[in-house]
Amino acid sequence: MTPRARLPRALHPVAWWCWALGLATAASRTSNPLLLVLIAAVLGLTVTLRRTQAPWARGYRYYLLMAAVVIGIRIAFSVVFTSGPEAAGAIWLHLPVVRVPSWFTGVRIGGPVSAQAVLSAAIDGARLACLLCCIGAANTLANPKRALRVLPGALYELGVAVTVALSVAPQLVESVQRVRRARRLRGHGTGRRFAVLKGIAIPVLHDALERSLLLAAAMDARGYGRTCAATAASRRVTAGCLLAGLTCLCFGCYELLDPTVPRGLGAGGFAAGAALCVAGLVLGGRRVTRSRYRPDPWEWPEWVVAGSGLACAVALSLNVGYNPAALNPVLYPLHWPTLPAVPAAAILVTALAAAITPPAAEPLSRPAVGAQAMAEAST
Amino acid sequence: MIEFDRVSVRYQGATAPVLADVSLRIDEGELCLVIGHTGSGKSTLLGAINGLVPHFTGGTLSGRVVVAGRDTSAFPPRELADVVGLVGQDPLAGFVTDTVEEELAYTMEQLAIDPAAMRARCEETLDLLGLADLRHRELRTLSGGQQQKVAIGAALTAHPSVLVLDEPTSALDPTSAEDVLAAVTRLVHDLGITVVLAEHRLERVLYCADKIVYLPGDGSAAAGDPAAMMELATICPPVVELGKLAGWQPLPLSVRDARRCAPELRARLPARPPGAAAPPPGQVALAAKGIVVRYGPLVAVAGAALALHRAEVTALMGRNGSGKSSLLWAIQGSGRRDGGTVHAGSEGADPAALGPAAARRLVGLVPQTPADLLYLDTVGAELAQADKDAGRQAGRSAADLLDALAPGISRGGHPRDLSAGQQLALVLAIQLAAAPAVIALDEPTRGLDYQAKAALTRLLADLAADGHAVVVATHDVEFATAACQRVVVMAEGEIVTDDQAATVLTASPTFAPQVAKVLAPLPYLTVPQVAAALCAVPGPA
Repeated sequence: MTPRARLPRALHPVAWWCWALGLATAASRTSNPLLLVLIAAVLGLTVTLRRTQAPWARGYRYYLLMAAVVIGIRIAFSVVFTSGPEAAGAIWLHLPVVRVPSWFTGVRIGGPVSAQAVLSAAIDGARLACLLCCIGAANTLANPKRALRVLPGALYELGVAVTVALSVAPQLVESVQRVRRARRLRGHGTGRRFAVLKGIAIPVLHDALERSLLLAAAMDARGYGRTCAATAASRRVTAGCLLAGLTCLCFGCYELLDPTVPRGLGAGGFAAGAALCVAGLVLGGRRVTRSRYRPDPWEWPEWVVAGSGLACAVALSLNVGYNPAALNPVLYPLHWPTLPAVPAAAILVTALAAAITPPAAEPLSRPAVGAQAMAEAST
Repeated sequence: MIEFDRVSVRYQGATAPVLADVSLRIDEGELCLVIGHTGSGKSTLLGAINGLVPHFTGGTLSGRVVVAGRDTSAFPPRELADVVGLVGQDPLAGFVTDTVEEELAYTMEQLAIDPAAMRARCEETLDLLGLADLRHRELRTLSGGQQQKVAIGAALTAHPSVLVLDEPTSALDPTSAEDVLAAVTRLVHDLGITVVLAEHRLERVLYCADKIVYLPGDGSAAAGDPAAMMELATICPPVVELGKLAGWQPLPLSVRDARRCAPELRARLPARPPGAAAPPPGQVALAAKGIVVRYGPLVAVAGAALALHRAEVTALMGRNGSGKSSLLWAIQGSGRRDGGTVHAGSEGADPAALGPAAARRLVGLVPQTPADLLYLDTVGAELAQADKDAGRQAGRSAADLLDALAPGISRGGHPRDLSAGQQLALVLAIQLAAAPAVIALDEPTRGLDYQAKAALTRLLADLAADGHAVVVATHDVEFATAACQRVVVMAEGEIVTDDQAATVLTASPTFAPQVAKVLAPLPYLTVPQVAAALCAVPGPA
């Protein structure tokens, strides 16, 4: 018997993002190649088992490609820009040295390439690649549009703008293709660049403008932006809160990152900013009278997924129960890294997401039934 | 339910008001049809019902419009969203979300309807419009008819008391159009909703209208009983024209009514329409053999053969997606062609092998959205550019051609401000300036009213008389009947039928024009044919 929470459905997008960000935090904490490989394996497994056929879910391979490019570039740079003749460690090969101008000091091209240099570049690249894959997995697993729907009410307009932009982009592409094809009909196959641009851009822009006006009229007619209880004063208070909050957040971040500023000041600014932002969002949300159609449920699989991600991040941040040095093994002398038990277990726990989450709901592709099928057959 | 009290609307910069002193009343549960020529103010009248005019469009509205007790001067469109649902011409342009179910829920979300009630209403609406199987589909992947039904559904879920539809079928093929209009009439009967509908295809909705609002174009409006208004209106479907010609009283509004009056007329008509048989077609202007067009796995045209003759207008018919457009683009040489040969013009050259400039001297194509070809600021500049592109060989200047096609278009105006018919004429003039042997038009009747279609019919006849070979891809049976001598029917990328228009159009009930349906088994197709036959025989004493 399948419990209700495990029936095929889309998991709450916030759960996936928590999970992916947790893994990303873990990846950024370690340079142990074994742990990084473990993270990549968990990501790959979950994406393979839980992605849908939707357009946004087909992009994971591009993230993998990007990750491979990142690792490749890091390794290539470490091989070309060597650390010089005094390179320590096991030397793998000697490249011819390229003479560089005297003002180009500090950079060496060619020379001995040590195993340690290549390995550390590869591990650095792999860490970055893992981060990329975490973001990619979240984008693949969580429907980006449903993720926008969980924005607080005050940010609703922002979500609508993004949704509209996303649906307009393919229309624009189609419009460009149509106009380009139509240009040949007037005999303008080739010509001066500017004339070509004008002949395509103007009809496309006209089209886009007309469509946006139609959309605005349709949204107006369908009740978008019903103001209800909002007064000018409440709107001003909301805007003020949000602006002040964001400013505080910026300063707070800056102060936290700058070691010369006392710790308390940064944390205080950060906290004040966050509080002001939350207040602004709550105030702004109050004036919104809107309801949400079929909101994504948050049931125990969501708790497990989000919790496993958080637990993994915490386990790799706290350095408790294992030797912290095992997270960042030294390369001198070269040796096989050890696999610390607690971090490895924490990462493996996140693989639960692949097992306990409900399977992705596929759009029904069964043939139309009844009257519709007959109508289709007769036409 | 809807009350216009001495309403006048004037847009900024316009010399005359669009609506002048209009007073009318539409009662609860009525299906009210708004008719009038392009530019007579239909859209303005409809927009005034939910306040888009003037709140969104600008302009000045004097007088009062009251909908369900709310005065639109005090309520902007968004505050009327719970009483008026509006559906536009192009459903895709009005979609805010991207799947069927979310789109249905959008208006309700704005109205803050309780989630449980929302869910229930969505399910009801999916069933009511037969959309249940499409609920998770992406809106862009639906056919035009399905999109339009989703747009209607999205307006209905808010349970409005008034549904306003502005030419909901102008972009649809006849089957989809019928589907959408059938859904609308069911709403009127089942839900008792008040529907205000502007529509070109009168023949499909006329019989179920309770009231007609006729806009003659001078700003006034007349409202009344359908049969009475049809006496007055200058835009009528063929069945009404036939009724007027035969003097039937009351005027028949449907083929069914007309057939009951018809026996007497059939007895008077000679067995064959008088007049010379169609002149034999001229020599072949374009011969295409084994044309194949594929887009990835999809085969759009599967080995079609087509011969176009000089001095003949050929209709290319078939349902949406049967490969009509792909075939036209392939024979023009600008579109994709994966196989087959094309020989065009006196030398039998292949347009695809020539450059675009030479190809258009062989085959001129007017695409489905003619405005794609227009990119200059004024009509005059477009015409001058057309002459420049056509080069020295061109016979007539584009300006001459435009005046012959559609006289009185101002040279200083912006091409985008022209009506659909005028834009079509402009693009046709631009293409004709290159003096091509073959003229192809892809769906030219979209958005044209009866008068504009009649003008296009005359224009195509003139082109054929000048020795052009003309091919028109169209869904419009009445237009094909009037304009074309030959009909080619396509299905699944293949040519199914290729014969004389009279033979093809009387052979099947789906393709038969209204007059043929009324007068069957007599082989009459158009009202002018009947008129000519009645002139030839002496009427009853």
